[in-house]
This record gives sequence, structure tokens and C-alpha cells, in this order.
Amino acid sequence: MTTASREKKGRSRLREEFADPERRTAYYMVLPSLLIIVVVAFFPILYGIVLSLTDSTAAAFGSFVGVENYVEMFQDPDFLEGLSNTLIFTLVSVTLEFILGLGIALAINRAFRGRGLVRAAILVPWAFPTVISAVMWRLMFQDRIGIIQYVANAIGIISEPILSDRTLLLIAAILVDVWKTTPFMALLLLAGLQTIPGDVYEAARVDGANVMQRFFQITMPLLKGAILVAVLFRTLDSYRVYDLFWAMGARELQSLSTFVYEGVRISQLQFGPGNAAAVFIFVTAFLLALFFIKVLGMRTSAEE
Amino acid sequence: MASATAKGGRGGALNMVLFYVFLVIFVLASVLPLIWVFKMSIVTKSELYASPPTLVPQTPTTAEYAQIFGDSTFQRALLNSTIIASVTTVICLFFGSVTAYAIARLRFHFKATAMTLILAISFFPAVAIIAPLFIQYTQLGLINTYASVIITDVVFALPLTIWLLVAFFRELPRDLEDAAKVDGATTLQAFRKVIVPLAAPGVFTTAILTFIYAWNEFLFANTFLFDQSTQPVTVVIPNFATIYTVDYGAQAAAAVVVTVPLVIMVLIFQRRIVSGLTAGAVKG
Repeated sequence: MTTASREKKGRSRLREEFADPERRTAYYMVLPSLLIIVVVAFFPILYGIVLSLTDSTAAAFGSFVGVENYVEMFQDPDFLEGLSNTLIFTLVSVTLEFILGLGIALAINRAFRGRGLVRAAILVPWAFPTVISAVMWRLMFQDRIGIIQYVANAIGIISEPILSDRTLLLIAAILVDVWKTTPFMALLLLAGLQTIPGDVYEAARVDGANVMQRFFQITMPLLKGAILVAVLFRTLDSYRVYDLFWAMGARELQSLSTFVYEGVRISQLQFGPGNAAAVFIFVTAFLLALFFIKVLGMRTSAEE
Repeated sequence: MASATAKGGRGGALNMVLFYVFLVIFVLASVLPLIWVFKMSIVTKSELYASPPTLVPQTPTTAEYAQIFGDSTFQRALLNSTIIASVTTVICLFFGSVTAYAIARLRFHFKATAMTLILAISFFPAVAIIAPLFIQYTQLGLINTYASVIITDVVFALPLTIWLLVAFFRELPRDLEDAAKVDGATTLQAFRKVIVPLAAPGVFTTAILTFIYAWNEFLFANTFLFDQSTQPVTVVIPNFATIYTVDYGAQAAAAVVVTVPLVIMVLIFQRRIVSGLTAGAVKG
């Protein structure tokens, strides 16, 4: 088919679509949302890619410099620290949240008294603004009034101030993230568990399958969809961590996102590498999502 | 589902005890930090610095609360947060419900493409676009205005709003709309007069979740707003830490004030919130 005839066909198809009143209404209903998303999110990312290839500043558009900003970014020790912190944070916190969340979901997947109370308790940490939970935990980690620092000193496991040591600070941030999002993970996995019909387990029990066999051969395969959704969301969320590091670390704790923020918003000299890092985050997050969808076979269809 | 409770016997009883011990530990782990920070907020400065720390407040006082509520920056921040979150929620619900209805009910081409585009936003690292947006908002004179944060919040909350509303709209029976259309109503009338009132509980749940999202948002507010006249609480409170480095009591009180409305909302609407949060995940 030639391009011209395809174009013609496309145009007549479009006219046909708009001739149908129901479909025309549908387009009018969908377009405003799509338009604002394209203008405010997709157009800026293209603009961001262009910016990262120039020597622009926040105030003035510069000239084309190729991949210079990327080279500079990879040589920046702050970027490398942010990258390693982000990777460690994502890997450790998502793993812990998954294991603990699955354990909790399996434990509370039954009818019991006080279910509403447990569900409310689950939602409390989730509903907090991340920066506020960071502020609250910071108060507890604080070296003069913090209860955690006091207990750690009393038992003798930690003698130095937690908030002044970068490694301890990263561990503390992981702890806060686990506290805040494990319940949410449990909730998503619990919802997945509740879609597994009970008679499947009955049948397996009759066939003599033990607890472990039932878990690995029934629960895990049937829960795969819910697990992939929950883990992908959490992974992408941790990967772009910003609020938590910013507020917990009082600008001491570097992540990829805080590096971008400092570059584009605080230090004028770092604008180029900051933009390069922004594109870096976008591309790597995209690849991560693609990996989940293509390699792990996550279903993303919005259709029923 | 009730297999463990149905078993009975001595093993079952022990099981039950262990189960409730586990539940108590889990619930305490979730809420203790809030309770502890609350305790920090209601004691005097000298008790706050006491070592060893007191478990039960010995000298309860409301001084810290009086101080933060007397602080005009904090008052302003609370107002700003309320404005930003409310306006974002209203705009999201308007655009979101219209779009969600088309996706849930009407037939049209490119539906899958439209949905993919919308959901892609939830995977989108927002930090990647703060520089371009900052430049554009500067040119448009939007920096330091509510509009800069509201526009951006709307875009990033819309996927959630649309996703939830699609799930809720699909649960409604089609008969009533069909009947309305037979009676001569247009698609838009059927949507406005039949679906919107029927879907009110779902719309309300969506509103709560969108509001929480906007209330908690930090990155955009911290990027586009650097004047206290428009900054929300999420930006102001962590800065409390750097400006009044020693005033931990006030910081604790401020954290409590900001989270208490959320905790109350969660306690009242927990069933709805859970149904909303898991609406998408289960089907996906």
C-alpha cells in the first residue's frame, strides 16, 4: 500500500469515526485529559532531552554540545553516589517490603475479629506524606532526643550519631520506607490472594499436597499477576526516591532524583549534568517497566 | 478462608493466640511512631531532652501547639495545602470522570492507546521533567503561583483518578443508561443525569484518594514554590527543621497537626480506601 492511499484511508476512517455521534462524543470526552497529559508531561520530556544536549542554563537556552553533559555527569562523584544509593535503596527496600508484605498478607488472609482495626492500622503509615514521616522518624533518630538513638546507645550497637553517618542514614531511610510501604504491599497482595478460590486449596489438600507444595504450586503462580503489579510499582517508586532522602538526610543523602533537583534548581553550574541525569532516570525507569512487562509477562491490558 | 479458625482443638487455640500476638505487634509497629511523636509534641522542653526518655508524659503541655498555631507561616501553609489539594481534586474529578466514562462505556478506536498513554504517567519519573517545566513556568510567569503546582499535580493524579473511575463505572448496570437513551437522552445527558449520581460513592472514594495524593505531594511544590505565601505544609515543615534547628517540639506538633486529618479520614473511610486502592491491582 502506498503512503498516499494509506493516508487517504486513514482520513476517511477518521471522518467515519466522527460521523458516529457516540464515537464523536467519546473523542470529545477523552481528548481534554490526553491533551493536558501530552502538553505537561510528554512534551517536557522531549524538551528535557534537547536541554541535556546543550549548554543551556535555567535562564538561557544554549548551543548544542553533544553528550558532554552525560560525560560530565558520569564523572561527578555526587552522581555516582546518588546512583549507588538509589540502587541499594531500591533493591533492599523492595525485597524487604515484598517478603514482609507477602508474609503479612498470607497471615491475615482469613476472617477474624478486628479486621477493620488492622486494615486501618495498615493505612495509617501509607496515608502520611512521605516528607512528614521522614521528619517524624528524624526526630526519633535524633542524637539528643531521639528514642532510637537512645536505645541503640543503651544496648551498645551504635555509638555514633545515626544522622551524621551516611551509611547509617541510608539504612535508616530504608527502614522508614519499609515501615511506610510494607503495609501497602501487604494490602495489594492480600487483594490478589482473595481472588484465589478456596476450593483450589481444598482439592490440593485432598490430593495430599503439603503446605509448602500448596504455596509454591498454587499460591505463587496464581498470585503472579498481583505480585508483578505491586513489585513494579514499588520498584519504580523507590527508584525515583526524592522526598524521603531530602527530608531524612537534610540534603546529606544523595539519590538520583536529589542530584537532578540540585542540578536544575539549586546549583546553576550543575544544570547540564542535572538535565542529563533527568534523562538518565527517565530512560532507565522506562527500561525497567519494559523489563517487567515483556520479560516477566506482566499483563497491562486496560480492557476487561 | 476460615480454615484456621474452623480447625479448633488445642492446636487451633494456640494458633489463634499466636495469630493475635502477631496482629498486635503488626498494628503497634504501624502506629507507634505516630503515638511517640505525639508524646514528644505534648511535653515541656526539659522533658523532651530528659535522658533516659520518659515513656508516659510527666508534664503535659499544649505550649508547642499554641506556638505553631500562632505561627503565621504555618497557618498560611495549612491554607495553601488545603487550596492546592482541593482544587486539584475538583479538576481531576471533572476531567477524569468524563474521560473514564468514555473509556468504560463508549466504543471508539485508539481506546487501548489512550489508556496506555494515561497509565504511562504513573510509571513516569516526575523528576525528569522539573527542569523543562521550571523554564516554561518561568516564561509563563507561573512560578510561585498555586497554578504551577495544581496543573502539574492534576497531570500526575489523573491516571489514578481515571483508573479508579473506570473500575467504578464498569460496575454500574447498563440498563438505566440504555433506558435513558431510549427516552431520547444524548450520551452526555445519560452520563450526567444517570451515571454521575449512581456512581457517587465511587466518585467520593476517588476524591479521597486524589486529595491524599495532592496533599502529600512534595517535589513539584518544592520546585515551583519558593515563597511562603504559596508553599504547602509538606514544604514548610521540613524547613522548620533547618530554620529553627533546636525546636523539635514544634516540629513534632506540626507533624501531628498535618497527619491527624489524614488519620481520621483513613479511620472513617478505610473500607472505601481499600476498595479503591485494590480496584486496579486485582484485575491487572
